[in-house]
Amino acid sequence: MDGEFRMRRVVVTGLGLVTPLGAEVETAWKNLIAGKSGAGPITRFDATDYKCRIACEVKPADHEYGFDAYKRVDHKVQRQVDPFIVFGIDAAGQALEDAGLTDMSEEERYRAGCSIGAGIGGLPGIESESLVLDRKGPARVSPHFVHGRLINLISGQVSIKYGLMGPNHAVVTACSTGAHSIGDAARMIAMDDADVMLAGGAEGAICPIGIAGFAQARALSTAFNDTPEKASRPYDRDRDGFVMGEGAGVVVLEEYERAKARGAKIYAEVIGYGLSGDAYHVTAPHPEGSGAYRSMEMAMRKSGLALADIDYVNAHGTSTPLGDELELGAVRRLFGPALEGMSMSSTKSAIGHLLGGAGAVESIFCILAMRDGIVPPTLNLDNPSENCVGVDLVPHVAKERKVRAILNNSFGFGGTNASLVMKAVD
Amino acid sequence: MSDTADRVKKIVVENLGVEAEKVTEDASFIDDLGADSLDIVELVMAFEEEFGVEIPDDAAEKITTVKDAITYIDEHKG
Repeated sequence: MDGEFRMRRVVVTGLGLVTPLGAEVETAWKNLIAGKSGAGPITRFDATDYKCRIACEVKPADHEYGFDAYKRVDHKVQRQVDPFIVFGIDAAGQALEDAGLTDMSEEERYRAGCSIGAGIGGLPGIESESLVLDRKGPARVSPHFVHGRLINLISGQVSIKYGLMGPNHAVVTACSTGAHSIGDAARMIAMDDADVMLAGGAEGAICPIGIAGFAQARALSTAFNDTPEKASRPYDRDRDGFVMGEGAGVVVLEEYERAKARGAKIYAEVIGYGLSGDAYHVTAPHPEGSGAYRSMEMAMRKSGLALADIDYVNAHGTSTPLGDELELGAVRRLFGPALEGMSMSSTKSAIGHLLGGAGAVESIFCILAMRDGIVPPTLNLDNPSENCVGVDLVPHVAKERKVRAILNNSFGFGGTNASLVMKAVD
Repeated sequence: MSDTADRVKKIVVENLGVEAEKVTEDASFIDDLGADSLDIVELVMAFEEEFGVEIPDDAAEKITTVKDAITYIDEHKG
């Protein structure tokens, strides 16, 4: 120990996705760019009597772009844990495979960790086991109940499966989880706690109590039950709430010199991370968007980039009446004239809101936008609401353009905000 | 093979995710079928549900093989 905090550079070398538009990176990305929507009627349970009857579900294995849990998760584990853990293990496995790091030595694995969180965790299992408790009594509650629902059990399961003995961490900051997970993990590498981190988030809360709860909080769209693909419409004047999504996004973060030395494919460098609290209200965003502004401002300041260097902003943009315009207002205040020439879209228009998974999945979309020089669209943006005029929100159709640096925002219940800045590496 | 044995094996295959051929009567849940102690708690619960028997903890501790389970159930089911 030399007593210094030597900040090391952190790059992304592996990606993994489980989404309503595809259960691996290239499929999900192709469908996103094609302008497809992952929304549909809820199939997980009979939602007839619910105000919201739609969601963006991860499709079953026999679907064209469905998810086959057996690819990377044992039958026994699948039985014991909630869907968010299954999604997370799979996405983490994809990312490790993509990075070529499934075969690390014991020495390397002491320096490799996990920071994969979730916003809500095992709601379906909490719901179903509560019913078992009520109907059959305590002696029928599953012995796997607790560790099959806990949020840190993605990181736990992944560390066991791949032998990762470095930091084992799990963020729980509602819809900011995925972004915080990547930011926190990047700092662990920057500060020499680890050389490799699997970082991201997952969610799987499309269950009766999840849909009922968010609907009662007036957060979900309820006006488009007959046209689900139209329901998630960020920045559009007819938006009326978010559409619940599910899935996971996990990246491999790696210390730059190590990645370079082993000839890894380097997708991007994580150069800025900002965090803030609204200190205002449990569900409503600050009326001046001050938390969002400070989060973005901190991330930009740390990045060392000029505002005009940001080519693409992946917005939090959930399609709620209040949130979208406040975020855009904060972006407008921060970026000012630099808004010109920048594109900003909300991919929640296509895959819904993955809650704790959102920030990680969206970070991966940002990375792919830089790789391919194309930004994903904001679907259903038929009539931008008043305050959204004058910003390139990439309506309806993906747009080819140079993307060298991105900003990704995530804001969560409780007034928790996170922003990430990444740039392409030559 | 008895009806009890068939049903026990089916539960073991489903709960532990093992191949049916591996679930012989002599197979040990822990040594041969990859179960841990909590898996056995869950198996015992499933046997109780399936056969309508009660398997108290001290009896459950002695059930270590597939055959132990079949024997206990055959002796105690109504």
